[in-house]
Amino acid sequence: MTSTTDTNVPLEGPTPDDGLRAAEQSGPMLAADGTPLKRSLAKALRREKMRALMLIAPLLLFVLITFIAPIGDMLLRSVRNDIVSNTLPETVEQLASWDSTQQELPDEDTWTALYIDLVLAEEQKLHTRLGSRLNYELTGASSLFRKTGRAVGRFDTDVYTDQFTELDESWENAATWVNMFSESDVADALPLTARTWERWADYLESEGDVPAEEDVEDFLFTALYKDLTREGVDVSGLSDRLQQAAAAVPEFETVSLVEQFEDADEDWLDPAIMQTIQTYSPRYTSGYFLNAVDAQLTADGVSARPENERIYGILFKRTIFMSLTITLSCIILGYPVAWILANLPTRSANLLMILVLLPFWTSLLVRTSAWKVMLQQQGVINDTLVWLGLVADDARLVMINNQFGTIVAMTHILLPFMILPMYSVMQTIPPSYLRAAKSLGATNWTAFWRVYFPQSVPGIGAGSILVFILSIGYYITPEIVGGTTGTFISNRIAYHISSSLNWGLAAALGTILLAVVLILYWAYDKIVGIDNVKLG
Amino acid sequence: MTSSDIVITATEKKPVSFYASVAAAAGAFAGIFVGAAQGSTLLGLICGAILMAIVAYVAVEVLGREQEKPLRWGLVILFAVVGFLFGGTPGGVIGALFGWFFGWFVYWLGFNRYRAHLVPYLTPGQVFWHYAFRVICGAIFVFLITPILVVMPLSFNAENFFTFTPEMLRFDPEGYSLRHYRDFLTNTEWTNAVKNSLMIAPVATLISVSLGTLAAIGLSQSHVPAKRAIMAIMISPMIVPLIISATGMYFFYSKIGLVGTYWGIVLAHAVLGIPFVIITVTATLVGFDKSLTRAAANMGADPVTTFFRVQMPLILPGVISGGLFAFITSFDEVVVVLFVGSAELQTLPWQMFTGLREQISPTILAAATVLVAISIALLTVVELLRRRSERLRGMSPG
Repeated sequence: MTSTTDTNVPLEGPTPDDGLRAAEQSGPMLAADGTPLKRSLAKALRREKMRALMLIAPLLLFVLITFIAPIGDMLLRSVRNDIVSNTLPETVEQLASWDSTQQELPDEDTWTALYIDLVLAEEQKLHTRLGSRLNYELTGASSLFRKTGRAVGRFDTDVYTDQFTELDESWENAATWVNMFSESDVADALPLTARTWERWADYLESEGDVPAEEDVEDFLFTALYKDLTREGVDVSGLSDRLQQAAAAVPEFETVSLVEQFEDADEDWLDPAIMQTIQTYSPRYTSGYFLNAVDAQLTADGVSARPENERIYGILFKRTIFMSLTITLSCIILGYPVAWILANLPTRSANLLMILVLLPFWTSLLVRTSAWKVMLQQQGVINDTLVWLGLVADDARLVMINNQFGTIVAMTHILLPFMILPMYSVMQTIPPSYLRAAKSLGATNWTAFWRVYFPQSVPGIGAGSILVFILSIGYYITPEIVGGTTGTFISNRIAYHISSSLNWGLAAALGTILLAVVLILYWAYDKIVGIDNVKLG
Repeated sequence: MTSSDIVITATEKKPVSFYASVAAAAGAFAGIFVGAAQGSTLLGLICGAILMAIVAYVAVEVLGREQEKPLRWGLVILFAVVGFLFGGTPGGVIGALFGWFFGWFVYWLGFNRYRAHLVPYLTPGQVFWHYAFRVICGAIFVFLITPILVVMPLSFNAENFFTFTPEMLRFDPEGYSLRHYRDFLTNTEWTNAVKNSLMIAPVATLISVSLGTLAAIGLSQSHVPAKRAIMAIMISPMIVPLIISATGMYFFYSKIGLVGTYWGIVLAHAVLGIPFVIITVTATLVGFDKSLTRAAANMGADPVTTFFRVQMPLILPGVISGGLFAFITSFDEVVVVLFVGSAELQTLPWQMFTGLREQISPTILAAATVLVAISIALLTVVELLRRRSERLRGMSPG
C-alpha cells in the first residue's frame, strides 16, 4: 500500500532513470529521489514495520490489560504475604531478634507489642482475617485469634491508665495526646507510643472521628509506660507532665502481659504460634507454593506435611493421570475417524465431517448435561441396559460422579480437537504410498505401520498436545459429572476462591498449573506452530 | 454417476454354507438381546440363529433376486408385528428396523454384493477388515452424536424426569409436552438469562472482531518485529485454562472495580474471543493477493478506501466466521461469568450450570435443544462462508 502522494510526483522531479544514471557515474546506488538506495530502503522498511505495529498495538494493549495483567496479578498473589506485617507491625519487629529454636517464649516487650497490635487489629476487625491466614499454617490459629480478640479489650492494663491519671488528670484528655505528639522531640523520645498513637489516630480519622474527642485507651498508656521504663529514655526538656511521669514510673504497679495472654487462651504459651507468626512475617513467602506441594514452612525450615494431610500431590497426580487417559482415548477413537474422513470420497467425507463438527459447535454445557442424562443411575444407558436385561434393576451401574464419568464425558467433548488436526495431516498423505508399499510386497499391517503411520504422527502429536492442554485445566465437566473422585486441580482452585477463601493457595495452585500448560504450549508452538491452528 | 454405483467385482451367488452361517451368527447376536429382554438369553440365541439361517436360505435359494422386494417388505412387516406383540409400540419399531436390516443383510451376503465396490484381488480377511473398520468408525460416530440427539426428545418430556418415561416409549401423545419450552420462554430466571447473554455476547464479539481483524492484518505483513511472541500472547487466552484466567480476572478486576459489572464480563469475553478471530482472519489472509491493494493504491485509492473496498470484501468470510467463533465463545462461557459476574448478570450458561449442579428441572434440556438448533445454524453459516472464502481466493473449485 503506497500512499497516494507518491503518484502525484511533479513532472520536473527525479525519475528512476536519473537514479540509474547517477548510479552509473560513481558512488553509492541512489534511489529515484537522489538519496542512497540503502537508506531509502531502510526507511521504507521502518515505515512498514511501524504501520504493522500500529495495527497490532490496540489489540496487544487490550490483551495486556484485560488478560496478561490479571494473570500477572495472580502470580504475584501466590507469593505475597503482607497481611502479617501489616496487621502486627510491632510484633514482627520484636520477633525479628527472637531465636525461635530455643523453645522459650519471647520476652515481655514482644507481648506488649502483640497486645498493642491486636487491640488495633480488633478495633479494625482485622484480627479474624489474620487468624484465618495463620490457620492455613497452624491449625487452631483462627479460633485463638478470635477468642483473644474478644478478650484483648478487657486486659488488666487499665492499671497503667489509673496510675497515670492519678499523677495528672490531664492524661485522660485526648487533646493532651494530640498536642504532645505534634512536637517532634516527644515522638523521638517515645517512639513506640508515637507510632501507636499515629496508627490509632489514622484509624479514627479513617472512620470519620476526631482523635482529640475520643477516649484515651488503655493500650496507649501501656505503650507510654513501656517507653518511659525503657533504658536510656531521655525526657529532659520535655513537658513537666512527662518528666513527672518519667520520675514516677519505676514505682508503678505492673501487669505481666504474657499472663494476660495466657488468661485469654493457654495456647499462647505454646511457642508454635509465635514461631508461625515469625515464619510468616516477611512480605513475600514461599508458603503458599509449599502448601500446594504438600509441604509447609515451619520455624525449622521446609518439611513435608503429615501423611493424612497430603491432598495436592494426589490431586495433581490424578489430574495428570486422567488427562493422559483422556488424551489416549481420544487418540484411539480419533485415529480411525480421521483416517476414514481423509480416505473417503470428498462428498461422503463432508457429510461425515458434520457429525464431528456438530459436537464441536454445540455448547459445552449442552454436552455435559447430555452426559449427565445418559450416565446417571436412572439415565438413558442404565434404562436401556435394564430393558435389555443385561443389568438387574437393583444393580444399576454407577457411571457418574466418579472418574469414569469424567473420562467418558471429556473424551467426547475433546474428541473433535483430536480429529481435526489428525484429519488435516492425513489429508496430505498421498494414498498411492500405501498402494506402492503393498505392491512391493508389504502386508496390510506393514504398509500401515511402516509407511502410513509415521507420516500421520505429526497429526497425533498436534492433537494430543491440544487435548492434553485443554483437559488438564478443565473445570465445568468435572464439576458436574466428576463427583469427589473425578475432580481436577481446577476444581480445587475454584473451591479455594469461592469457599475456603484461601486465595494465596488458589493462586499458587493456579501458577503451577499455568506453568505446566505454558511448557506444553511452548512445545506445541515448536512442533506445530501456533499460526497453524485450524478451526473447523 | 456417483462412485457408489460403480461395480468393480461381479456379484454372484455365494455357497449356502457361507451366507447361512454368517446370517445365523448375526441372528444369534441379535437374538441374545431379544432373549435377554424376554428372560432367556440362550433361547433367544438359538432361535435367532435358526430363524436367520432359514430366512437366508429361503431368500437366496428359493425366492432369489427376482422376489427381493416382496421378501424384504415381508420381513419388515413380519418383524414389526412380532415386535409389537412382544413389546408394544417400541418393540414394533425396533422389530421393523431389525426386519429392514436383515432383509438387506441376507441379500448383501448371499449375492456377494459386499465385494461390489472393492477391488477383486482382496483376500476374505481384507474384506472382513474393510467392513469391520467401517463398523468401528460408525460406532465412534454414534458415540459422537448420540448425546446430542438424546437431549432433543427428552426435552419434550411431560414429566419432570431426565429420562424416557414409559409413555414416551409407547409414543403416547400424553408422554410428550411443550411445558419445558413454555417454562424456558416464560420463567423470568431463564428469560433474564437469555437477555443477559444476548446483551453481552454481541458487544464482546464486536470488540474482538474489530481489534482482532486490525491486528491480524498487521500480523500478516512481512517484517513484523517479534511476530512469534506477539502471536503467542494473542493466542494465549485460548490456551490458558479458563479457571486460571477467571482467577486472575477476579483478583485484578475487583481491584479496578469491574467485578459484578456488565463491562467486566464484556471485556473478559472479548479477550477470550480474540484468539479465534486472529486464527480465522490470519488463515484467510494467507491466500490474500497483495498486488490487489497495490493496484488499488496505484489507481488513486487511499489506504482506508483500499481496506474497505478491496481487502475487506475478500477477507469478510474469515472475519465473519471468526466473529461467530467469538460469539459462541461468549455465549457458551461460564467459568469467567461465575467469577466476574454477579447475580443480576446471570447468563444462560450460568443458569444451566447452576441448574445442573442442583438438578432443578428438565427446562435445562429445552434450553439445550434450543442451543443445539442455534449451533446447527451457526455451523451451516460457517461452512458456507468457508467455501465462499476458498472460492473467492481461488483455492478450490468447490
